Amino acid sequence: MSITSPDGTVTVEPDDGRGPSFFRRLTTATDWKTGLVIPALAVFTALVIGGVIIMLTGYSLAETLDAYRALLQGSVGSLRAISQTLTEATPLIFTGLSVALAFRAGLFNIGGEGQVLMGGMLAVLAGFTFTGLPLFIHLPLAIVCGAIGGAIWGFIPGLLKAKTGAHEVIVTIMLNYIAYRLVDYLLKSTLFQREGRNDPISKTVEESAQLPALLAWLDPAMKVHLGLFLALGAAGFIWWLLFRTNTGFEFRAVGANPSAARYAGMSVTKVYILVMTIAGALAGLAGTGQVLGLLDRASPGFSAGLGFDGIAVALLGRSNPFGVVAAALLFGGLNAGGQYMQANADVGIDLISVIQALIVIFVAAPALISAIYRVKTDTSSTQISKGWGA
Amino acid sequence: MSTFEKTPVESHESTGKRTRVLTKSQIKRARISGIVMLALSAFVMAFFIPNAEGVATFGLSGSGETIQLDALAIPVTSSLWALAMLLAALGGTQFVRGFQRRSTLILGASFGVFTMAMMVWATAGEKFSLISMLVATVSRCTPIALGALSGILCERSGVVNIGIEGMLLGGAFTGVVMGSILGGWVGLLAATLTGGLLALLLAVLAVNFRVDQIIIGVVINILVLGLTSFLTSQVLVENPQWNDAPIFPSIPIPVLSDIPIIGPMFFNQTIIVYGMYVLIGAVTFFLFRTRWGLRTRSVGENPRAADSLGVSVPRVRYLAVIYGGMVGGFAGAWFTLGTVGRFDENITAGTGFIGLAAMIFGAWNPIGALGAALIFGFSESLEQKFALLDIPIPGEFLAMAPYLVTIVVVAGLVGRARPPAADGQPYEKQ
Repeated sequence: MSITSPDGTVTVEPDDGRGPSFFRRLTTATDWKTGLVIPALAVFTALVIGGVIIMLTGYSLAETLDAYRALLQGSVGSLRAISQTLTEATPLIFTGLSVALAFRAGLFNIGGEGQVLMGGMLAVLAGFTFTGLPLFIHLPLAIVCGAIGGAIWGFIPGLLKAKTGAHEVIVTIMLNYIAYRLVDYLLKSTLFQREGRNDPISKTVEESAQLPALLAWLDPAMKVHLGLFLALGAAGFIWWLLFRTNTGFEFRAVGANPSAARYAGMSVTKVYILVMTIAGALAGLAGTGQVLGLLDRASPGFSAGLGFDGIAVALLGRSNPFGVVAAALLFGGLNAGGQYMQANADVGIDLISVIQALIVIFVAAPALISAIYRVKTDTSSTQISKGWGA
Repeated sequence: MSTFEKTPVESHESTGKRTRVLTKSQIKRARISGIVMLALSAFVMAFFIPNAEGVATFGLSGSGETIQLDALAIPVTSSLWALAMLLAALGGTQFVRGFQRRSTLILGASFGVFTMAMMVWATAGEKFSLISMLVATVSRCTPIALGALSGILCERSGVVNIGIEGMLLGGAFTGVVMGSILGGWVGLLAATLTGGLLALLLAVLAVNFRVDQIIIGVVINILVLGLTSFLTSQVLVENPQWNDAPIFPSIPIPVLSDIPIIGPMFFNQTIIVYGMYVLIGAVTFFLFRTRWGLRTRSVGENPRAADSLGVSVPRVRYLAVIYGGMVGGFAGAWFTLGTVGRFDENITAGTGFIGLAAMIFGAWNPIGALGAALIFGFSESLEQKFALLDIPIPGEFLAMAPYLVTIVVVAGLVGRARPPAADGQPYEKQ
């Protein structure tokens, strides 16, 4: 499918997101290498560089290897570790999808933080305000409220971009700061603050609005919750929306070339507003999952950088919903392992951010990996974002 | 954004006087901004005037200055009425016929008038040291302006720099470590070089490997935040002597620093603030008045055309990006060597992103970015001062105000600020 402007000068062919089939990818040598070898070598190289950094801070080789053993142990070494990996990955899938969807329409959503916060706050509000509702009413209600909270925070930049041309990067950055302050205020207001407390902490979410833990019957320390399936469902929905519906085609056409899409009769205004609203709702669900599934309350900074990590996850997943899931699982595993590593090998968890950053770089620049390991692959770098989207 | 401009609907050419042709959307925007200004006026009348009386006293001189100005005593009620009327007049005019080309300026000025009204109201019956707030404004605007300048240098050559935050943080970290060991000047140099090194990474990946530039910027931010936090917890906590750098003193410039108000504001600051003045001036000059600047801008707008005229696109981009990074690293030194002398995790706390916004707000122009940075610096220091006064507005809402104003102003006016045409696009020689 492609669209051409009436005078024939501009033709756009949005990427249909399918690419070569999975089977084909496995059987064609170059694609096989791009798809599996490059990411594997990227992770390996990032870990080697991370190890060098650990050793530079005064650890011996044996201690460094112990730290990495702890990292592996903490991410996939036991059922409890896998549960932790999935728990960490859940919000990253949502924020990654949020950023990826916006990228597809040529928009850059730096506003994940604010959307996570607003979504989480509204979900918490619904979670403790209503009492006596059965779970099957209360929980969906709280989730919808969370999605709406994020959607509002995404709708504003979308509307302003579409109607006034106000740059979404500025507006989303500003909305992040506004959300941080608003949360600080709300958590000290009588509406939210827990009775008898002076510190900013919200009331506890009613049990009927908490996302059930999936494996708590095996071991209460396993925190993985129903939000994981919501996130996977969202990934499937976004894939379907982007690649199987007319609306999704319009999103991608506007992302590829707004002028051509406009010539073809699409409403760029509508697309910008809709995309940012959905992106906001996705990030809002990330916050919802955190407060309803993990924390059971809201406290300052519960967004914990999820909005920014979502950018890295979207980039690593090449803005493809299923790629985002894979990237979120990788990042989730590193986060979970990092916590274990910090507790058991005394190596700070901040190292994980360094390793994650290096992985993103090596995956984005396969030519670097090819140069280091002398493997022949498709070394063209990916272009996902569109600069300033102008 | 030119593709979204609508065609003009009416023309005033016949009047003889050169009138700007207004489009429908411009008229609508004039109406909306007029309403915003009228609303501000109504807010002053409804909330500030009934809740304040007496005299507001503003201190205009610090204790150590040679020329002492008397504190400014303002009768609250009458001055609030005057400011409200001024706002109403501006808003009414904007609504009815619009200030056209000057709409942006007038809308900005209205927020300024509103801020004045708020200050008068908050200070009613108390004393407020205006001068110390203005001094803090200039100091706080420095890292924002320099961060924006870093972005401008990169983006004028066509390389998007989302990594300003990382460059600031990296500069702040190496600045304090080298400053603690070898002294402040070496620290400043190390900070500058750190920024340059991070920019080199950006340049290599963007120019040679043609990696998506937004990815690189995001990576630089995560990498530097992770690395500095890791080194802080693993190394600096156990070696506090490496996290204890000398702070640059304020150096009064002879004669100039004796001018009332302006003197202490601009000419009794640290070397980093003076560096900011020099860099803003120098970059403006070099970008717009020299051959190097013309080449840099042409590479940012149309690299193919520049290439066909014999300009080396990679060389120009490398230089601009590395200079930009060095400016960013220098700005990072403000956080440690310029203020507290020690590094804490994520000490920049998003200033790089505010700098990014200031860059866009200032339409990729150094002077414009400085103006935007001053607004952010002003509101940051106003927030700090208001925390000391006993006023019924929660501090969080005051802290939100600058961000809200930025959104309103960006939506109302510079919404159509245009980035360099080739910004973010890798160049491949054919």
